[in-house]
Amino acid sequence: MDNLKQKLKEQVIERLNLKDLKPENIGDDQPLFVEGIGLDSIDALELIVLLQQEYNIKLSNAEDGPRVFHSIRTMADYITANSGIVKISP
Amino acid sequence: MSAPVLIAGIGVVSAIGMDTGSNLQSLVTEKAGIGKMRWLQSAHAAELPVGEVNRSNEELANLTGLSARYPRTALLSAIAARETLLDAGWDKPDSSRTGFISANTVGGMDKTEEFFKQFSKNPAAGKLSQVVHHECGAVTELVADFLGIRHFVSTVSTACSSSANAIFTGARLIRAGLLDFALVGGADALTRFTLNGFNTLMILDKEPCQPFDENRRGLNLGEGSAYLLLASEKGMRMLNKNPYAMLRGYANANDAYHQTASSPEGTGSFLAMKGALDKAGMKATDIDYINLHGTGTQNNDIAEGTAIRLLFDPAFPKMSSTKAYTGHTLGASGAVEAVYSILAIQHGIIFPNLRFETPMKEFSFHPVTRLMKHQRIQNVLSNSFGFGGNCSSLIFSAA
Amino acid sequence: MQTERYIISSCLISANRVYQNGRVIFESPGTAEVFLNAVYAHIEIAYPKFHKMDSLSKLGFLAAEILLKNRNPENKLSETETGLVLSNANASLDVDLKYVKTIQAGASPALFVYTLPNIVIGEISIRHRFKGENAFFVFKQFDGNFMTEYVNGLFEKNLIKSCICGWVEILQEEYRAILYLIETDNPGNAMPFTAEHLNKLNQPENG
Repeated sequence: MDNLKQKLKEQVIERLNLKDLKPENIGDDQPLFVEGIGLDSIDALELIVLLQQEYNIKLSNAEDGPRVFHSIRTMADYITANSGIVKISP
Repeated sequence: MSAPVLIAGIGVVSAIGMDTGSNLQSLVTEKAGIGKMRWLQSAHAAELPVGEVNRSNEELANLTGLSARYPRTALLSAIAARETLLDAGWDKPDSSRTGFISANTVGGMDKTEEFFKQFSKNPAAGKLSQVVHHECGAVTELVADFLGIRHFVSTVSTACSSSANAIFTGARLIRAGLLDFALVGGADALTRFTLNGFNTLMILDKEPCQPFDENRRGLNLGEGSAYLLLASEKGMRMLNKNPYAMLRGYANANDAYHQTASSPEGTGSFLAMKGALDKAGMKATDIDYINLHGTGTQNNDIAEGTAIRLLFDPAFPKMSSTKAYTGHTLGASGAVEAVYSILAIQHGIIFPNLRFETPMKEFSFHPVTRLMKHQRIQNVLSNSFGFGGNCSSLIFSAA
Repeated sequence: MQTERYIISSCLISANRVYQNGRVIFESPGTAEVFLNAVYAHIEIAYPKFHKMDSLSKLGFLAAEILLKNRNPENKLSETETGLVLSNANASLDVDLKYVKTIQAGASPALFVYTLPNIVIGEISIRHRFKGENAFFVFKQFDGNFMTEYVNGLFEKNLIKSCICGWVEILQEEYRAILYLIETDNPGNAMPFTAEHLNKLNQPENG
């Protein structure tokens, strides 16, 4: 799980061009959106693509985004719960 | 008071018809053009309905005598532009100064996609001739040559407000005394580029769209082309006919909020609509019909609706989005909907907002749901709000 | 009624150099991407959104920042009466090419969002809160005559009190941005707003 969170931090920084950040700057429970890191709606969509490409998980309902992508921990939990399966969330 | 800008001719090609007459026929018989894609090849064909023009590239080429190797955008543009000039009876009048201001967002992308498919497998493969007309400007030049217009040619590319902006750019050039006629409007063809892009933004509806509905799910992409021939009074005298309508007001503003979303307060939309009214010297109560931008996305419809409430409350004019018929034709939408606005004035008809079921809970008003005839329509407001926060509104009036 | 308008300032970015009002103010080697990031670092603004922009938006954004850099904060440009009229030849082709490569594996929304040439106007507007009139034209090359006619028209109709206009172009390693700030008040030695002067300022490299 810790490996996954570390990997996620690196992937998030790379994919979202967060040039001024290092993985150690992102707390496991730090909110990613609005306050905290300050990601926006396009970043949320990029994270959906990240889930698909790197973890083979399809999040087809954009409204689940805020819950799944709330923090690195919630993302890791979601991936662990859904890994190995190509799943379409309800 | 500025010189009037008159509309001498109109032309349109869309999912609901190959010319103005057939578009009007579909509008009044409430026949939408949204369905499964037939010509565009896409992995999403089964799940994403679109408003496709019902002709192959070869058939479009045959209609104009242009090569089927030209970009689809250019073929659509040529058809609508030619119809407009024929409709106006414009035949290169001597000593007239005619400009062609055409908008598009995809340029020759459909051909580039074909090239890229082969090129990405093998750098030696693919015909370079397919990418020669890639740029937006190249598509305009192809059609300008086809029409024989040389005096002034320009391309506007501002996303979904492109052809609305082309229309009032032409009007300004006429008012400044630089042109007698301006053929203005735009075209855009469906491409995998836009389909995949909009899909990744998650704003496409997997069903036929429901603009301004509480349960709307997104937009359907469409394609098409439309033009107006604008004329000065001097130009109208050369044509020796009566104008269809006048372009009375127009305005453009930036929402300054996000690259692809509108501000929730609808700031840009409000500034554009208010600006157009001010330009026309009109009050909100002078508007008889609003042709909404109404894409069917969560975001646009609430932003546009909020701006409408701020501007028109408590007296709301009738309104509808014709994107429920044609889909969102992107760079062509401002012009396609301008033509529909002029048809509304000419024929005294208000087109329904098809498939509307439930009013949005935020608003006390909602669009028209059945065709309304025998209406007295003097002034129509037409909205086009684009990515990049580019918001434009046009006001057409009976001549 | 013809009022004079003036070119209050200009910024040219091309071939690893930044010119402000015709003078080189910054130079840095490297590819377009490296150079644009160096310019951003040089002007020392804290604007993390910069890193998300495509190259066209970065180029236009930086040119606008430098154009407005020495402006008196008491005399900020009006949010509703500043026009933005830009142009180029290749629209958004630079990022279009990058975006197209992602379609197979999974189209990138962050790239798609930039595949329209007027998004650079959106980014400048968001930064400075400009809500005035804005337009983007595609021409084979910069047309000083069209620009002066068009922008003068906006002033004459009282739609704007200031205008940022010019050319912003990038395609892979070829880039050139020239932005002009046009206003009606002459602070003293500003050049009159004519096509001739626009073209002159567009070529400081040639002396």
